[in-house]
Amino acid sequence: MATFFGEVVSVYSRAVEEDEYDDMTNENEEDEQIRREIEEKRAVDVHWLSQTDGGSVPCSDLIIAVGLNATGFVSAYALSSGGWTAVAWISLWNERSPGSGRANTAPGPGEPSCVLYQQKHSPSVLICQCSCYVAEDQLFQWTEKVLSCVQTRGLTVTVLSDCSVAEYKTSDYLSESSVPFLRSLRTSAHTGPVASPALEQPNISTGLAAAVLSHCQVQRIPAVLYQCYSDVLQPDSLSMQTYRAAVSAVLKLDPSPSADVLQKITRGGELQSNLYT
Amino acid sequence: IALRMFIASGDVVPSFKGFTLIMPAVSVGNVGQLAVDLLISTLNMARVGHFHTDCLIPMAGNNPYATCAEEAGQLSTSAEVYCHSDSKLAVLQIRTPIIQTKVRSFRKLMVSWIKSSGFLRSVLLSSSQAYHRDDQQLHGTPLRYLLTPSLQKEEAPRVEELGWREMERISAFPGVSDSEQRLYIPGGGVTKALYTDCCTEGISMAVVLIFCSEGDNIPDAFALVNHLNDWLHLLEKPVRAQGSVQWRVPPSWRLLFGSGIPPLLF
Repeated sequence: MATFFGEVVSVYSRAVEEDEYDDMTNENEEDEQIRREIEEKRAVDVHWLSQTDGGSVPCSDLIIAVGLNATGFVSAYALSSGGWTAVAWISLWNERSPGSGRANTAPGPGEPSCVLYQQKHSPSVLICQCSCYVAEDQLFQWTEKVLSCVQTRGLTVTVLSDCSVAEYKTSDYLSESSVPFLRSLRTSAHTGPVASPALEQPNISTGLAAAVLSHCQVQRIPAVLYQCYSDVLQPDSLSMQTYRAAVSAVLKLDPSPSADVLQKITRGGELQSNLYT
Repeated sequence: IALRMFIASGDVVPSFKGFTLIMPAVSVGNVGQLAVDLLISTLNMARVGHFHTDCLIPMAGNNPYATCAEEAGQLSTSAEVYCHSDSKLAVLQIRTPIIQTKVRSFRKLMVSWIKSSGFLRSVLLSSSQAYHRDDQQLHGTPLRYLLTPSLQKEEAPRVEELGWREMERISAFPGVSDSEQRLYIPGGGVTKALYTDCCTEGISMAVVLIFCSEGDNIPDAFALVNHLNDWLHLLEKPVRAQGSVQWRVPPSWRLLFGSGIPPLLF
């Protein structure tokens, strides 16, 4: 639902919407055409930057980063080292990411986007950095399209995601010093070591991370999700640090990224809070 | 498409021939879903597969029914099928809402899956807004049922014997004309449409629903699942006077109304 100001508010009511409109079974041609056009507009597509034969890329590790801290982390600790090349980008359109739908031009730096990077010296390691909003009806498609880009044989998927600590349910009281922290979820096929405690019931994961994990579960791909619970709304270096142990098992990270890079990522919040400067 | 939707978790694709399927409608108060949770948890049903479809919002979590630490690590998704072979019972649990634009294709998938799996009969557990009841519905029990024509002959005498009440048809234009009566299940989500589909497709399906309002819907779930048990005898009642079945509440129901209270408050 879009409000007067144009932002999209996800309406969630347990009282599901009345399905009266669904009784209109005699949908005419025009309705059908509109429905088809909307579907086309919301399609998710992968665009390769380098010429490939259209097949899937051999891949041993795919790291998918979604959420401010996760994308910030891969920017600062991996991508900024320069050993990575962008190989593909994913175009999608929805009300919250209107700019990501352009199919002919790759997203510019700093724009919300979904980009696939390949490591130069070991091309079987890929990072997918997703900083744009993927709508609920696009999650399934996004996952199918992105995971069909890589060969699933010998593949391990690592998903980095973040979440507000306010959404974390626990019967114990969380002291300030315990936040941020990491929780993990993994598919049945994933048997390797995991760098953090498992996500306790009744906590769940939703959105892109859940879509990827569900896909990997049914396709029997080893996959692990690391969800960071943070109490800061903006990306911050402390929250980003939580992923370090988990990701360093997969690839060599920049041990101490330059202050400039970190500042660029965490600066978004500071610009707005100029009340006391 | 139906085969792509159901994906077995083991190497052997289970056969549901002659099984009874119980599934929830995602409806007001999530009563059907809660009732299904009680069934899976109490009967200690084994997960046999996932429902993987673009019609549902994705979700992932650890095993909601784990009784010990070893079981806790099993990944569970937005819709899964559980099985109890001894009582020829299969249960589909749906944990997330259906994507609004895909309700129609979800119904199609359900109908084709039910047909191709060879279920003996299906039961849809649902709920409807209590405040939408008309005068005749306000009296007596809040529980209602519906049977598709193909289940009517077999089960109608049985449920009548139990004293069950059929869901009333409502006048389309109350107070103006009573000639046009229609089925009206507000807040029932996909219930009415799926029931209608099953009627036309000749599927043996029963809808068992309860009138309720949003809030703490756990008592409604117990009422619905006890009612269902009167008919299907999934669990034997204790012999002691007026004993009702001891349903086992799954650990995932903990903290349904939020986290613990910070001790600094006191």
